[in-house]
Amino acid sequence: MHAFNYQHPKSVADAAAALSKGGDAKLLAGGQSLVAAMKLRLAAPTDLIDLSGIKELAGIKVEGAGITIGAMTRHAEVARSEEVRAKIPALAGLAGGIGDRMVRNMGTLGGSLAHNDPVADYPAAVLGLNATVNTNKRKIAADDFFKGMFETALQTGEIIVSVSFPVPKRAAYIKFRNPASRYAIVGVLAAETGSGVRVAVTGAASSVFRVAAMEKALAAKWSPDAVAGISVPSAGLNSDMHASAEYRAHLVTVMARRAVEAAK
Amino acid sequence: MKISMSVNGKPVSAEVETRTLLVTYIRDNLRLTGTHVGCDTGQCGACTIHMNGQAVKSCNILALQAEGADILTIEGLAKADGTLHPMQEAFREHHGLQCGFCTPGMVMSAVDLVNKHPNPSEETIRAELDGNLCRCTGYHNIVKAVKAASAKM
Repeated sequence: MHAFNYQHPKSVADAAAALSKGGDAKLLAGGQSLVAAMKLRLAAPTDLIDLSGIKELAGIKVEGAGITIGAMTRHAEVARSEEVRAKIPALAGLAGGIGDRMVRNMGTLGGSLAHNDPVADYPAAVLGLNATVNTNKRKIAADDFFKGMFETALQTGEIIVSVSFPVPKRAAYIKFRNPASRYAIVGVLAAETGSGVRVAVTGAASSVFRVAAMEKALAAKWSPDAVAGISVPSAGLNSDMHASAEYRAHLVTVMARRAVEAAK
Repeated sequence: MKISMSVNGKPVSAEVETRTLLVTYIRDNLRLTGTHVGCDTGQCGACTIHMNGQAVKSCNILALQAEGADILTIEGLAKADGTLHPMQEAFREHHGLQCGFCTPGMVMSAVDLVNKHPNPSEETIRAELDGNLCRCTGYHNIVKAVKAASAKM
C-alpha cells in the first residue's frame, strides 16, 4: 500500500472541505473494497478522509412512507433492523447476503453505492426499489445515479449522506452468487412500487440496469410465468471464468422468475 | 500518526504509519501473533478479531480505523487463569481443528455468530461461517464444535 495522509473529520461539511482541497483524495467508509484495492495498489489516494466519526451519517429512520438509511450504516445493521425487516424485507435480506458476516459488520451502504461495483448487491436495491440518494448537495433519483462501471453521478466534493427507500407493495431479491467472493454473478430485484413495477439486474453487465420488457409484463400480470419467456440479449454482458455472457443472460431470466415468485 | 485503543482489556497506543493495517499492528507491534494472516485479501477470515464487539477482518482494516476501539483477539478470549472460553473448549473437545491455522479466526467468528444467533441451527452455522475458510476442509467438526459451544455460552 502506498503512503497517504489521513483525516478524520467530525462533520459532512469538514469532510467536503477536505475533499475539495485538491490531490487525489478519497472518502473511506467501511473500507471493505477501498482498503483491499489500496493493498493491491489498484487505488493510491494521496488523502484518505475517514467518515466513521460523523455521527449524522449512520442510522436507520422510518420517515413517512419510506425508510431512510444513513450512508455509514453497516450492512449487518440493515440486515437485522426490525424496521427494515418489517417494511422492506427484501432490502434486509439483500443486506444480509452481502459478502460474509465480517464484511457485513464493516461495509456500508454509502460506500457500496459510491463504489458502484458491477457485481455489488446494493445497486440492485436502490434501482429496483426506486430509492433516492441524498447527498450533501442534492437528491439524486436512482435512475440517474448509476452511470457505468465504477461510475456514478457523484461530482467532485459530493458525499452521500443517506438513501431514502420508499416501501414497495412487494419486492424480492434473488442472487446467483459466486461461491468464493459471494458477489452476484447475477442478482435480480423485482418490485411492485408506488411508481410502478421495477426489475433491476446487477452482476450481469458493466452496471446495474432495468429490464423494461419484464416490467411491462409484470405490470400486466404479477406472475413468475410473465417473465419466464423474456430474456435479455447476451451481447455486452459480462463474460469471465465464472460465467459466460450467454449464461448470465440465461440467469437473468431465472433469477427474475424466482424473485417474482418470492415476492408473491 | 498516533493511535490508541484497548486490546484485550489493556490500553495500548503507538505511533504508526497511516497505511498500517490493523492486523500488522496487532501482530508486529503488539506481538499478539495468534491472529493469523492467511490470504491477505479479505477472503479467508484467519485474521478475524472483534472490534467493539463485532467480528471483523483485521487484514482489511487500517489500524487508524480502530482508533478508540475495544479490540478482542484470540489471546483475550480465555480467562486470566487459563480456563478456555466455551468455544475454545468445544473446538478442543470435538476436534474442530486439524492444522490449526484457521482456528483463531474461526473461533472469533464463531463467538460473534453465537452472540448474534443464540442456539443456532446447523444450517445457520454453516451459512454464517462462510467467511472463514479451512483448507484442511475440517468443517464438519467445526460445525459440531460451534453447536456444542452454543449450549454453554
